[in-house]
Amino acid sequence: MTAPLAAPLPVPRLALKGITKRYPGCLANDGVDLAVMPGECHALLGENGAGKSTLVKIVYGVLQADVGEILWEGEPVRIDSPAAARKLGIGMVFQHFSLFESMTVTENVALGTGDPSPLPELGARIAEVSQRYGLALDPDRRISDLSVGERQRVEIVRCLLQDPKLLIMDEPTSVLTPQEAESLFETLRRLVAEGRSILYISHKLAEIRVLCEAATVLRGGRLAGRCDPREETAASLARLMIGADFAPPVREAQEIDRSGAARLAVERLSLAPLVPFATPLSDISFSVRAGEIFGIAGVAGNGQAELLGTLSGETLVAVPDAVKIDGEAVGHMGPRRRRERGMGFVPEERLGRGAVPDMSLADNALLSAHRTPGMLKRGLIRFSRTRAFAEKVISTFHVATSGPQAAARSLSGGNLQKFIVGREILQNPRLLIVAQPTWGVDAGAAASIHRDLITLAEGGAAVLVVSQDLDELFAICDRIAVMCHGRLSEAQAVRATDVEQIGMLMGGVFHLNEGEG
Amino acid sequence: MALRLELRPEASRAMLFVAPMLAIALTVATGGLLFAALGFSPLPALKVFFLSPLGDLYGISEWLLKATPLAIIAVALALGFRGNVWNIGAEGQLIMGAVASGGVALALYDVSGAWVLPTVLLAGIAGGALYAGIPAFLRIRFHANEILTSLMLNYVATLFLAWLVHGPWRSPEGYNFPESRMFTDSALMPILLEGTRLHVGALLAPLVALVAWVILSRSFLGFQIKVIGMTPAAGSYAGFGPKRVIAFTLMFGGGMAGLAGAMEVCGPIGQLVPTVSPGYGYTAIIAAFLGRLHPFGILLASLLLALTYIGGDAAQITLGVPLAVTQVFQGMILFFLLACDVLIRYRVRFAARPSLGGAA
Repeated sequence: MTAPLAAPLPVPRLALKGITKRYPGCLANDGVDLAVMPGECHALLGENGAGKSTLVKIVYGVLQADVGEILWEGEPVRIDSPAAARKLGIGMVFQHFSLFESMTVTENVALGTGDPSPLPELGARIAEVSQRYGLALDPDRRISDLSVGERQRVEIVRCLLQDPKLLIMDEPTSVLTPQEAESLFETLRRLVAEGRSILYISHKLAEIRVLCEAATVLRGGRLAGRCDPREETAASLARLMIGADFAPPVREAQEIDRSGAARLAVERLSLAPLVPFATPLSDISFSVRAGEIFGIAGVAGNGQAELLGTLSGETLVAVPDAVKIDGEAVGHMGPRRRRERGMGFVPEERLGRGAVPDMSLADNALLSAHRTPGMLKRGLIRFSRTRAFAEKVISTFHVATSGPQAAARSLSGGNLQKFIVGREILQNPRLLIVAQPTWGVDAGAAASIHRDLITLAEGGAAVLVVSQDLDELFAICDRIAVMCHGRLSEAQAVRATDVEQIGMLMGGVFHLNEGEG
Repeated sequence: MALRLELRPEASRAMLFVAPMLAIALTVATGGLLFAALGFSPLPALKVFFLSPLGDLYGISEWLLKATPLAIIAVALALGFRGNVWNIGAEGQLIMGAVASGGVALALYDVSGAWVLPTVLLAGIAGGALYAGIPAFLRIRFHANEILTSLMLNYVATLFLAWLVHGPWRSPEGYNFPESRMFTDSALMPILLEGTRLHVGALLAPLVALVAWVILSRSFLGFQIKVIGMTPAAGSYAGFGPKRVIAFTLMFGGGMAGLAGAMEVCGPIGQLVPTVSPGYGYTAIIAAFLGRLHPFGILLASLLLALTYIGGDAAQITLGVPLAVTQVFQGMILFFLLACDVLIRYRVRFAARPSLGGAA
């Protein structure tokens, strides 16, 4: 708006003016402006809950703004459906793919685009496009046989076939190994060189600094600033994004006692798929000692969910010895008996597994803490005790909520996660298993969860963290192993490895001998 | 003008209570239209159906007599419905309860003593519970859908009872009618009000509702039922065995249906006959939902649905319409209730055209 009037400026491909979107009880976007130039890779940066997704859904026609204007190449437009967005030349690659597992690449593209041309012809075009942009893809393969990175390529090719002028990418690297991410960046640079625009959504500062030449930062639904990320440091971008200086907790180097039985020992664990398209587990071995934080990295869908099921006791394994707690075989025991042996568990799905959405926090405290003495009396619930326990979790772990009677669904993702982690920690677990501890959680809450896990390990508990976020694992873990195709690599001491090496393992290059704990 | 349904940001608690009222009002209104279509003036006809049966003490006693089995069964079924266990077989479980209690009552034909009736009733509970154990076993062992198995077993039970009273248990003094001997006094429910058929079982209904309420709202078992019903994944995370909940809710429902069956044959009927229930086991499902799956709500809903039974009798006698009018009213209540329940999650908006956004 304040640009000098002298030289005729190039017209932005997409310009948003004063976009406001209100949800019941929350203002998701508040007067947001955004301009993406032709041939520009533009970052949309912000924490979880900053309003990025809402904004791009408005651009892609999934949502309509309450107030504000959208200009497409200088002309005001109404985008009331994704079809309308595609017609203008806007393509979007979502974080969660929408592909049919049992169909081929070509069939999926045909379905997604409504392209009436014969399948062989479409297949040839897919091959041609994937060749041109370095997106290696076989049009005749079934989706179920593809890796997550390949599935993402299907989504990208599907967009590119429609020759978009603006491509929206929502957190594309969250499902990729570092090496796959690098090859994606190569593709994106080629697209930009052709004059296409890219709106790139992420909260990973490093990749934005190497990829994008402009950034719009959102915070709490509002515009927090605009900058050229190449001229910023990761710290200055973080300050813009979070609004405060911010020191993440650090895990000091630890001396771990390796004598005696491990707190958690997994030995030669294999599991056939229980449902179609589940990943089979093959020959997994590792152990976690008291006082140790052990990380399992890997791209989602490589068997982590299946492994977590066998660890929590929701999936029983045929050989009880395959999972041991303190030397005792527990593979045949359900979750309650494993909890009796000192296990705590924080599942990946918070709402719907870790907590019952429509129940109060007090009831949700009872969900996993019912073994706590005094909560039950002759089969009846002592509500004063469950309430007191929930209150203690809320105050100890600084959960922002109206109180123990608040329904779990009323909490933000970060606060609910603090509640669930706190609920498990206050039961004094000797072994805590945490899946994706800070996925979708804002930076402040993430730091506090990390601090709690470190404190727990310092108190002598064994902690197992399964996460897709390499930064997180490197920040808090003592050792890291990587899951790929249902197998687990040998564990690496964090101080003796680096992102590069872990990235190779995430891509399935297990050059080291396997099968050792 | 167009009607539009709009998702509420939050499920409406008020509508949870308003929807059944609205459903009842719509049922009465539509019932009036129906009577009008049959050539009766609606208001007097509705009065015959809903009010005149309650005009005297006998009418009220009959009303409570019919509400009793409905309430006992519906309260127990609701426990299962809360836990996603869909027992549609209460009718068959009622019949098997009647068969088991009838069998014991016949076996103790010449015996008298205060222990006879409790034994007979316990046999009824056991019969219903064991019969419900079949779908429970099939669901737990083979993942067989209990809706289908429990429903199909209703027909098996009906035919089994028919075979018994036509064959082995037919009364020797019964002139070949398909019915058992009359039970002796020690196997019959004591009458509560002299000159009526209302028996002490009516006092059991509020008691069963109270027990169900304690289980559901105060006990850890009820908590597990609710968790598994609302969010099965959270139940498996917490290690609540769905098998226990399936077995308990099905067999509790079956046991209470069996008790209701026992009290019918030891109460107003007094012997085994081919038809021991006018569909209480099915109507109880409607009562459970009309009462919002809450034990005390179900007591009220059972009273309303019991009225459709005696109202149907009255309408048949006074207006000469077929007895099916009872089922018509019950069907309308369920139909309108399910429709009105949309309003819990959605609200109705009037708009000139499909709205362009936030216009209220």
